[in-house]
Amino acid sequence: MPKVTVDGEEIEVPAGATVLQACELAGKEIPRFCYHERLSIAGNCRMCLVEVKPGPPKPQASCALPAADNQEIRTDTPMVKKAREGVMEFLLINHPLDCPICDQGGECDLQDQAVAYGRGGSRYERENKRAVTEKYMGPLIKTIMTRCIHCTRCVRFSEEIAGVDEIGALYRGEDMQITTYLEQAAAHELSANVIDLCPVGALTSRPYAFEARPWELKRTLSIDVSDAVGANISLHSKGREVMRALPRINDDVNEEWLSDKGRYQVDGLSKRRLDKVFMRKGGKLQPVAWNEAFDAVAAQLGTAKSSIAAVAGDMVDCETMFAAKSLLKACGSTQIEARQTGMTYDVSNIAAVNFNSTLAGIETADAILIVGSHIRWEAALVNARIRKAVKAGAKVFVVGPEWETTYPAEFLGEDLKVLNRVPKALGDAMKAAERPAVILGGAALSKGALAPALKLVDKFGLVKDGWNGFNVLHMSAARMGSLMLGFTVPGGMADIAAKAPKVLLSIGADEMDYEPFADSLKVYIGHHGDRGAHAADIILPAASYAEKDGTYVNTEGRVQFAEKAVFAPGDAREDWTILRALADALGVNVGFDSFTELQGKMIAAVPALGEEGLADYGALPEADANGKAEGTISTYPIADFYLTNPIARASAVMQQCSAELLHADEIKEAAE
Amino acid sequence: MLADKDRIFTNVYGFQDWGLNAAQARGDWDNTKALIERGQDAIIEEIKTSGLRGRGGAGFPTGLKWSFMPKESKDGRPSFLVINADESEPGSCKDREIIRHDPHKLIEGALVAGFAMRARAAYIYIRGEYIREAETLQKAIDEAYDAGLIGKDASGSGYDFDVFMHRGAGAYICGEETAMIESLEGKKGQPRLKPPFPAGAGLYGCPTTVNNVESIAVVPTILRRGGDWFASFGREGNHGTKLFQISGHVDKPCVVEEEMSIPFRELIEKHCGGIRGGWDNLLAVIPGGSSVPLVPAEQIMDAPMDFDGLKELGSGLGTAAVIVMDKSTDIVRAISRISYFYKHESCGQCTPCREGTGWMWRMMERLRTGDAAIEEIDMLQEVTKQVEGHTICALGDAAAWPIQGLIRHFRPELEKRIHDHNAQFAEAAE
Repeated sequence: MPKVTVDGEEIEVPAGATVLQACELAGKEIPRFCYHERLSIAGNCRMCLVEVKPGPPKPQASCALPAADNQEIRTDTPMVKKAREGVMEFLLINHPLDCPICDQGGECDLQDQAVAYGRGGSRYERENKRAVTEKYMGPLIKTIMTRCIHCTRCVRFSEEIAGVDEIGALYRGEDMQITTYLEQAAAHELSANVIDLCPVGALTSRPYAFEARPWELKRTLSIDVSDAVGANISLHSKGREVMRALPRINDDVNEEWLSDKGRYQVDGLSKRRLDKVFMRKGGKLQPVAWNEAFDAVAAQLGTAKSSIAAVAGDMVDCETMFAAKSLLKACGSTQIEARQTGMTYDVSNIAAVNFNSTLAGIETADAILIVGSHIRWEAALVNARIRKAVKAGAKVFVVGPEWETTYPAEFLGEDLKVLNRVPKALGDAMKAAERPAVILGGAALSKGALAPALKLVDKFGLVKDGWNGFNVLHMSAARMGSLMLGFTVPGGMADIAAKAPKVLLSIGADEMDYEPFADSLKVYIGHHGDRGAHAADIILPAASYAEKDGTYVNTEGRVQFAEKAVFAPGDAREDWTILRALADALGVNVGFDSFTELQGKMIAAVPALGEEGLADYGALPEADANGKAEGTISTYPIADFYLTNPIARASAVMQQCSAELLHADEIKEAAE
Repeated sequence: MLADKDRIFTNVYGFQDWGLNAAQARGDWDNTKALIERGQDAIIEEIKTSGLRGRGGAGFPTGLKWSFMPKESKDGRPSFLVINADESEPGSCKDREIIRHDPHKLIEGALVAGFAMRARAAYIYIRGEYIREAETLQKAIDEAYDAGLIGKDASGSGYDFDVFMHRGAGAYICGEETAMIESLEGKKGQPRLKPPFPAGAGLYGCPTTVNNVESIAVVPTILRRGGDWFASFGREGNHGTKLFQISGHVDKPCVVEEEMSIPFRELIEKHCGGIRGGWDNLLAVIPGGSSVPLVPAEQIMDAPMDFDGLKELGSGLGTAAVIVMDKSTDIVRAISRISYFYKHESCGQCTPCREGTGWMWRMMERLRTGDAAIEEIDMLQEVTKQVEGHTICALGDAAAWPIQGLIRHFRPELEKRIHDHNAQFAEAAE
């Protein structure tokens, strides 16, 4: 632990820290543009200059200089101030004075630091500023490259974190330009993070262009529901509209990144919304009053109150599921299921279907077997973690159809039998690994691979002191919550259909098959006019994740709480209130009258949901010795990364992304 | 004057063949095995004794530089020698003569120096524009391989050593040692941050030493004739012989090997036939390639041409590329042209150099015509100070120094142009 003095104050810094980090520990703010905690050190902006003794008699870039014992660091000398002012002047001579029309205004590093280090006027006034042609970076990233200060954060992000060599620098000297390869769209799932990274307005958000100023926005802490990672986000809203979603820093979950879908599906929140109660009359959905709809449900059910079933969708919060469960319990029904696509894996021990090594932990794995998961699409942020593990030396094997990994990986074919007879390369890697891990995806679960995969726990030694390498990667934000609430029946959707319920409550279930429920009265409680609403006989408009408080549990069993950002549009109500009203209509008592009471009841039933953080599911179950893996994984469940849920499908931005980034070839073909 | 018997580069003018046989007749590859058998430490000691300072411009003691290389590889990483033949400094043309007329001196030097620093291989990074030179060098390397002088069991010494030639693509910045390493790795030629220094983590992350062609090519001769012999030339701290490249307004521009510390007047009189129009006609001299500040006539005339002597004059020996300018020179335009060169060659990585070089050039262009204000001279001086010392590599310094030299010695000329320009317009306005 080296001891250094920063501006006369002696502090001890961790070994390996840089001078910049030492200054931060001492509470000194060091201006910087190119330096970023999660990227490699470039040292090219020269803004973080400090004076260091012993050393050459010139200012040093503190971001790149290791802190050493007995260093005397000065951040407040005239030399330092002059040096930084000089660098700031250089940055500004070719930076356009267009802050009033720049979307970065108000959250611009250059703007902020120019206040501290900028001159009052320009000394470059007799020359023209450099102009740079626009670059195309796809439907999400808007470029105004004249504003670029060449910090190369975007280049380093796509190379190091995303693992896609798409952004780079052309030319040299003052002609240097940042661009994508052949000016094609940056096509990967984390591409929009460069917008957050850009310290100036060179890369800004295209869908959000000219929409709002940061100081007009209300920030609400929320959780991303577009996948099961549970990325921490902040919803920025203006009036009744969510303007944008930005990631929050949480090193355990999303670090400070967010997938493009989580970030840009929010424009779908104001499109195709269900804002009235509808009922099918003569084959057509007609607007009706709440009471009429409730009465219709009560009439259909009659005295056979227990002939009701509920299916929960992928983006439903725990409170809503608990309210639905309570309602059905009061009616005397146990027909509840959240695995809407019909999966039937064993949920008697949740540890067996949890991401046990944790999202942060998978970074430290040194051999990873992925079975039936297109991780880039199913959990883009987990993919970035695996890339980190690979960079640290981990070996990756994949069972399933090939997809474009962002790291070296060996595909072992589509046949699940490799789980029974492990290939030598895989066996050797797992044997040599100190922290081996298996990740089971949705495609594997649907082929019944859970039981045979559990046998690998002993075979590969996945569970050790302080390490549990057995992981199931879900795709639905509601999944772990539903399992904790017991929102399942053993036979899955088939069981529900076999019971032929008179009333089927579909709570935001848009991916399920409504065919077997032709004779049931289908009541859709949800927020978007999507597949569920099309099949429904009665539509009760509800709130999306942005419009209600709620608890979500991510795929690693992390309980997180999201807050309400805006009000639901029109007649739409928060889901729990609809279920509560329905209880009255059916003449049953669910035992709560407010959200707080509901939450209290839920926590009383499942105490783990009351505590934010990782839930403890205990030990893995014993493997079934007879479990044999069979079948082949021919496809992955996600066919289109950008259109996996009703919000995304309603989003114009996501539709454009899907068309331009995934189906560009088809468009070209059609045009010919 | 250096006696013919003491010349290292005996074929610098190409009067003889460059090939292996002719080189051997000149004494190259003469029992190289014996040189290697002296052992690594003895070779480095001999080079330290000789007082050889790096010939690429910075003048860092070569023997000391080699001693930074690891004595043994603890983690299995090999060490590399990279030879900098990316001679792009305006005015410099010595490496070119060595490569095209005496390539075997370089290749033998690569083997001996590479052995001394325990390198596995040498990479010679040759300037892209040197097309014929690259052809010659490659042929010479092939000859050496065929004769068993390098490669497996090089020269029968039992040491395995490979020599590779790599052609650059014409960027000046690739002559900076870490940019050269990046370029060799196939990346964009941009200097790396130091630390880590190349001796710790250089080419492909392995310990690497980057040396100039001339520094390497003189090594075998130093070892054969002894460090004391080499040290007998030149003043204390500036020993040896050196290839001077005199260009500009002299009667006979030339590349010539001379003793270090030779007075400027003697160098010009003996080898270049004097200044064009006589010594009274001398205006200024850039003594070490475009990146060092110029020295006005009266100061340079009797100055010793070596690292320390020129440093005292506020300039430097650099690569000893002496650019002589007589009084017909538009000195402001000359420096402005140099500024354009640095603006064009800045890699664009770090801010002060990327933005500063362009600014400085534009200012120089206006000063050339006098279309400026007097205060702008001070502003330009301040801008050069804002660039100097604030960048990752030394290109920022190199861009700043010529202008600082101009302002230091020719400020009256700059002011005169501004006054003339203003007067011209004042008249027109009447």
